[in-house]
Amino acid sequence: MKLELRGITKRFGSLVANDHIDLTVEAGEIHALLGENGAGKSTLMNVLYGLYQADDGEVLLDDEVQHFAGPGDAMAAGIGMVHQHFMLIPVFTVAENVMLGNESTKALGRLDLAAARAKVAEISSRFGFHVDPDTLVEDLPVGVQQRVEIIKALSRDARVLVFDEPTAVLTPQETDELMGMMRQLKESGTSIVFITHKLREVREVADRITVIRLGKVVGEAAPTASNAELASLMVGRAVELTVQKQEPTLGDDALVVEHLTVVDPIGQLVVNDVGFTVRRGEILAVAGVQGNGQTELTEALLGLQHRVQGSIMLDGTELIGERVRTVLESGVGFVPEDRNEDGLVGEFTIAENLMLDRSEAPPFVRFGNLQRGALADFARKMVEEFDIRTQGIDEYVQNLSGGNQQKVVLARELSRDLRLLVAAQPTRGVDVGSIEFIHKRIVAARDAGVPVVVVSTELDEVAALADRIMVMYRGRIVGIVPGDTPRDVLGLMMAGETPAEGAAA
Amino acid sequence: MSDPTEPRGDASAGGDLDPDVAIEEPGAIAPDPAPSRGAPSKPVDDDVPPPSKWHTMLRQIATGNALISVLSVVLALLVGAIMIAFTDERVQETAGYFFARPGDMLFAVWDSVAGAYTALFQGSVYNFRRDTFAAGIRPLTETLTFATPLIAGGLGVALAFRVGMFNIGGRGQMLIAASIAGWIGFAVDLPWGLHMLVALIGGLVGGAIWAAIAGVLKARTGAHEVIVTIMLNYVAFYLVSWMLRTPGLLQAPGSSNPKTPAMKDSAIFPGLLDWLAPGYNLHFGFVIALAATVLVWWILSRSSLGFKFRAVGINPNAARVAGINVKGMYVYAMLISGALLGLAGVNQVLGTVTTGFTAGIDAGIGFDAITVALLGRSTPWGTFAAGILFGAFKAGGFSMQAAEGVPIEIVLVVQSLIVLFIAAPPLVRTIFGLPDPSAKPKRRKSAKEVAK
Repeated sequence: MKLELRGITKRFGSLVANDHIDLTVEAGEIHALLGENGAGKSTLMNVLYGLYQADDGEVLLDDEVQHFAGPGDAMAAGIGMVHQHFMLIPVFTVAENVMLGNESTKALGRLDLAAARAKVAEISSRFGFHVDPDTLVEDLPVGVQQRVEIIKALSRDARVLVFDEPTAVLTPQETDELMGMMRQLKESGTSIVFITHKLREVREVADRITVIRLGKVVGEAAPTASNAELASLMVGRAVELTVQKQEPTLGDDALVVEHLTVVDPIGQLVVNDVGFTVRRGEILAVAGVQGNGQTELTEALLGLQHRVQGSIMLDGTELIGERVRTVLESGVGFVPEDRNEDGLVGEFTIAENLMLDRSEAPPFVRFGNLQRGALADFARKMVEEFDIRTQGIDEYVQNLSGGNQQKVVLARELSRDLRLLVAAQPTRGVDVGSIEFIHKRIVAARDAGVPVVVVSTELDEVAALADRIMVMYRGRIVGIVPGDTPRDVLGLMMAGETPAEGAAA
Repeated sequence: MSDPTEPRGDASAGGDLDPDVAIEEPGAIAPDPAPSRGAPSKPVDDDVPPPSKWHTMLRQIATGNALISVLSVVLALLVGAIMIAFTDERVQETAGYFFARPGDMLFAVWDSVAGAYTALFQGSVYNFRRDTFAAGIRPLTETLTFATPLIAGGLGVALAFRVGMFNIGGRGQMLIAASIAGWIGFAVDLPWGLHMLVALIGGLVGGAIWAAIAGVLKARTGAHEVIVTIMLNYVAFYLVSWMLRTPGLLQAPGSSNPKTPAMKDSAIFPGLLDWLAPGYNLHFGFVIALAATVLVWWILSRSSLGFKFRAVGINPNAARVAGINVKGMYVYAMLISGALLGLAGVNQVLGTVTTGFTAGIDAGIGFDAITVALLGRSTPWGTFAAGILFGAFKAGGFSMQAAEGVPIEIVLVVQSLIVLFIAAPPLVRTIFGLPDPSAKPKRRKSAKEVAK
């Protein structure tokens, strides 16, 4: 089915989220929609899916103008959406999830599960999805759950499929499988809109690429375009994708972790007998698919986890059992994985957030009194130094963009005297321009002799920063390998396979 | 390696407690590259429960903007006017022949409403019918007298709000504080001034400890402070009732009534306006309430403790990651909150009702304090202003009833409506055609992203 968006304009107050966007997706085409966070991709797709009404412009399917009052209309017209966050009910089976919202019933309102099962089996075998209709969704790996979402859309005869950032939760192998499925769907005549900000995936699978910036279409590109070309289109200026960094000047062993085990509140081993060493002036990147113990590992380093055993020695001092404040005061800088949840107080100003973990002693507190003058001076300096784009230091942090919020966190942590920096997902939800800046600052910290632990699920980031790479799977270390280890090897390791050659680096 | 499932006893005081069992399957977590605020996806740890929807909502209601407060009062007075008109006999009479002579009814409506609100004003601010200024201003001093415990209590509730806690236990904390201060007031012999001070401090400590029980239970076990404080209200009420019936504790000697003896003169708050003319009730308690307002302002806006309080109140997770002792803050906040509500209780027995008290000494102030804090948006000076407004309602309500025959319940209805409107900002915004402020930061945020 051919999808055409003509002059779609969507305003929110004075902000024009979509400004006369034209987009044509031919039948049997994979059309990538590329843009930074906040560029207007999701707004556009929500207009397409009937969640928003466009202020101007029209949606055409096979050259017929459509009027969607809601997602129901869009689905009926043949548009299916695979959301970034799966809309599945974990305790239902695959078949039950697929029929949900579209239940066919027999006499007396009994559910016709058999029909749903047959449908799942049929679609599954047609595309080689290998999904068992009777498995509970919660028992399925993430990649398979995504397939259930696809089956759900296909079961409603979707002929235009929208994938909203589908690879964020997948391992590299699962991503490859997804690419395969997308190609297969395309062969069968389904049109695909693929929303992403990952350049590599776009070039791999897309037939055509439309780049959106600031709510406008800024260009079309062929999949043959280079990463640098695409990135500069997205950002609007040339971007350095690789971080310039020197060979590390290695110092002594600074952080020595041995036999570290963390148990979660329901008694599961989330970090299982982990041991590693980070030297001064070195970046150790922890790679792995989300949810394999990296979060708990970083929290254990900071003293946020309580069911912890083993040893964490920083410069010869045991950190396990210490309170968070003590750990921070001993020189550990921490960039949490979810800055909104753990790193910032949204309704605090930039200045207040900059003193969040220094609320006990000078320079910002004397005799229980806040030193507002000293704080303001410091905040202005940090805003300058870290290029935080803001109206002023008294702006609420929640009003900043993701990249600027992260710069606030980074400014706070890097401005202390650090003996270890732990950064979890330092560039998640951050625009490309800020990523560049944040990476440079992390490398600068390393070059100043600080041992750094970076946790990332993005292989690009791992490759850009790491001197050594530690891959985690199900709470264990699969291996610690050199920073220049090829992607496919890392991908296999992230799926739990021990590398063939020596794991030591 | 020993059994890893065994909690490290020394790692933390709360290590062996498990208040919220968070179930999340590894591998089934969809990470959010642009995490949305207000939708906590995971509890970081068992220590600090993630801010729930309830928490977020409570905070929005308790700390929204001042405009909504003012508009809520206006709306409530409007609805109150309708009710005054409806309950007025003259209006009901004239309504019978409304279509024949509509002017009669409209006049009656105007007459009743204007009369009632004039009486309210004259009973609470200034009475023009008095000859001298000193006599004319007496209603205002009555307002301030009524406002004193409301301000103190409101500050207590507001401070707890700012730390993310809902202290409904004002009644219990007031009763305990009143009992201790009262006992010191009538049973102990001390010189003038010192007696008052000791009784005051005793009461504050009592209120603080009573509230801190809830704080400690929340910090240690995760027990919800709302439940605990409500239950402690009952415990305090029956405890005090029992003490009031037991000779040798609080009951007046030689009496069989559940009532204490009168306070000794050396413990009573001195009147502030006795030099002007006799019969003024305003007493030193108001000065203490004013000082408490300044103190709470300093704590919240200028002190390190208040910084930590506010951080915990808005985002306990981030506070904990920043090394702030969240559990400790809960306990400190409840201590201070309880002391402030205790001040309200002490004010009652040493200032307002000095002739001995019963178990009804709290006079519902513990609950009115919640309303006051809400109306004051949990800021110290907002609470101060709201306390005075509610004091005016109390003072003026009586004269409204006396002068115009308006049932005093109308005042209570107006007070309740104020809370209702404050709790439903979208309703107020719709009525007045105001834009939704929650759309604004979003717009600003996106606009800035665009601007880059």
